[in-house]
Amino acid sequence: MRAVDAIMECLKAEGVDVVFGLPGGANLPTYDAFVDGGIRHILVRHEAGGGHAAEGYAKATGRVGVALATSGPGATNLITPICDAMMDSVPVVFITGQVRTELLGTDGFQEADTIGITMPVVKHSFMIQHPDEIPQAIHDAFHIARTGRPGPVLVDIPQDLSRAEIVYEPVTATQLPGYQPTLEGNQKQIRQAAKALAAARRPVIYAGGGVVGAGASAELIALATSDRLPVTCTLMGLGAFPATHPQWLGMLGMHGTRAANYAMDEADLICAVGARFDDRVTGKLSEFAPAAKFIHIDIDPAEISKNVAAHIPIVGDAGHVLSKLVLEYRALSPDTSRLAEWWERIEQWRARHPLAYEDSADSEIKPQYMIEALYEATGGEAIITSDVGQHQMWAAQYYHFSEPRRWINSGGLGTMGFGLPAAMGAAVGCPDRLVCCIAGDGSVQMNSQELATCAQEKIPIKVFIMDNGYLGMVRQWQELFWERRYSHVEVGAHPDFVKLAEAYGATGMRLENKHTLVEDMRRAIEIEGPVVVDVKVTREENTFPMIPAGQPAREMVG
Amino acid sequence: MGEPGIKEPLSLDELEAAGRMRTGRKHTLSILVENKTGVLTRIAGLFARRGFNIDTLTVGPTDDERLSRITLTLDGAVHPIDQVTKQLHKLINVLKIRDLEPSETVTRELALFKVAVDGAQRGELMQITEIFRGKIVDVTKRSVVVEVTGTTEKVEAFESMIRPFGLIEMMRSGEIAISRGRSAT
Repeated sequence: MRAVDAIMECLKAEGVDVVFGLPGGANLPTYDAFVDGGIRHILVRHEAGGGHAAEGYAKATGRVGVALATSGPGATNLITPICDAMMDSVPVVFITGQVRTELLGTDGFQEADTIGITMPVVKHSFMIQHPDEIPQAIHDAFHIARTGRPGPVLVDIPQDLSRAEIVYEPVTATQLPGYQPTLEGNQKQIRQAAKALAAARRPVIYAGGGVVGAGASAELIALATSDRLPVTCTLMGLGAFPATHPQWLGMLGMHGTRAANYAMDEADLICAVGARFDDRVTGKLSEFAPAAKFIHIDIDPAEISKNVAAHIPIVGDAGHVLSKLVLEYRALSPDTSRLAEWWERIEQWRARHPLAYEDSADSEIKPQYMIEALYEATGGEAIITSDVGQHQMWAAQYYHFSEPRRWINSGGLGTMGFGLPAAMGAAVGCPDRLVCCIAGDGSVQMNSQELATCAQEKIPIKVFIMDNGYLGMVRQWQELFWERRYSHVEVGAHPDFVKLAEAYGATGMRLENKHTLVEDMRRAIEIEGPVVVDVKVTREENTFPMIPAGQPAREMVG
Repeated sequence: MGEPGIKEPLSLDELEAAGRMRTGRKHTLSILVENKTGVLTRIAGLFARRGFNIDTLTVGPTDDERLSRITLTLDGAVHPIDQVTKQLHKLINVLKIRDLEPSETVTRELALFKVAVDGAQRGELMQITEIFRGKIVDVTKRSVVVEVTGTTEKVEAFESMIRPFGLIEMMRSGEIAISRGRSAT
């Protein structure tokens, strides 16, 4: 059969039910195969939208997302999603067309060195040099994307090779002699970790996106509740531990709660699971958690001791390691009363510094209230995606995620324009769930073209735009650290989002009254199909509390 | 904490133990990779973007045509060697990494020196060459090309000896290395 028909068979064999893409010259053969391929293809309006949609799909479902693009500009438009998936460890396979082999290296029409350009930001990539390699490459690509520390894998296929005839045999084994991720943690190390935890008087569990990726939320809860171990999560880990739980300290880091950051600051033992001590978490590295020893559990050995030296390193899958750690820990039957003093201290911080804001006296909608209203209107049950900026931080603070894979955002790369296409992908992956995108009025414009895709494919995402007429987070930094010299942060002259929604075939609404906000949001959610809700909020509100960049946790402001 | 030795490819336990230490000495990494397009680019790119500086690098075939051997040296005073090896391990095409223990390793480098010497000085240069067990491989009226093989230290010593004559040009291959046989009897 043609290689492209084999690609369809390969995708089906990997369990792919949907792909996001845009055709062009170099992947014409692949698109011909889609006609009878038996795989749902969603035509996006920009390749970046397709890439982020595949990420949203992967983050919501835990399965591998797939995005397709043609050569040259199609492939270069995928760079941001690829890099985003790399930073946040999202399993996505990108399949790009390439010019015919005879044109390679000649600056042919729509030729770009896709493999070369993407090399720094992929987990791995395959340049197809012979059509017979295609099935093996695709199988290996999926295997690499979904196992170990997940990540993006790219397969670049020259046009002439994709239309060649090959003998297709289903591939069941990988050919990756240099790739064997460690899953099982070292038992001795795990026992040591259990002992350290049982002896700690001021322990904190610090969980990251790796717990969500590994599907290890239940194991995390089991460990924490084996005793009264306090838990904080990174931005990427939100939902791994229920925000409604009494042992929950809130998110940590730059815009985390004081309870979480102060607890890290005074902890004598920090158990990091699937987290990588990002600068947004540690603040000033030399003054980070000065009293603490560290247990570091991660599937990627290169993360261990990269930023913070681990006293007890454990390389392995979070689920495997945590379930063994729970057994070891319980076997020691530690004395819970040793934590009483620690909890007293934490309760003091909680009482003194709850997340709070000053509500408006009139009907003006405070951005924090907008998130609280959405939490109420959705019963806390929605999958929430976001862009990057103030709205993202408020969503992280005030939408109390109770389950993993409910919170989908761009953490490492911080990609504006991520939320809307990611919501689209999440909604395709989870058709029975309500999917809401919380966007900024600046960032939503970066991928609003995908509203056309949502209208065409009847993907019922609800987009709530936090509209303050500013690139809010940058404005906040200019206000706080640049003497209020506002430079190019005013985006009030944005399109009328209600009309924009209608122009794309979606429903548009504008909300300005706090008193009816929850009710109005419920109405918006009830509307069939994609809906865009422009929520006018207080223009100059700051995201607090905050650790100024490069400062230690105890210097939190606001 | 002990040095990652050459005993076997670095195990994860050893990598974990190594921490972020700076060893303060030169390290020779012997890296077995799949012989595929772009592997060297992946390694060079990794070094560039992580800010690791390679001192020397050589690539050659192995006895198995599907595999190549990369030998590179870098400064353990500047770089956390364990972070370098862990990042290298993440490359899918990398099969094995050995951080070669200096006392248990034979390293060699080939160097060619074009030296400006006329008749009067030629004899002296030939003497020095002999002491270093080098070879004169080209002679003209005004210059001589000398071939020297040995450890980096020997090559550098030779260079400092002949510099006063007037060094026109120098080419060095970078180090290759192999571990000594075990339990020599």
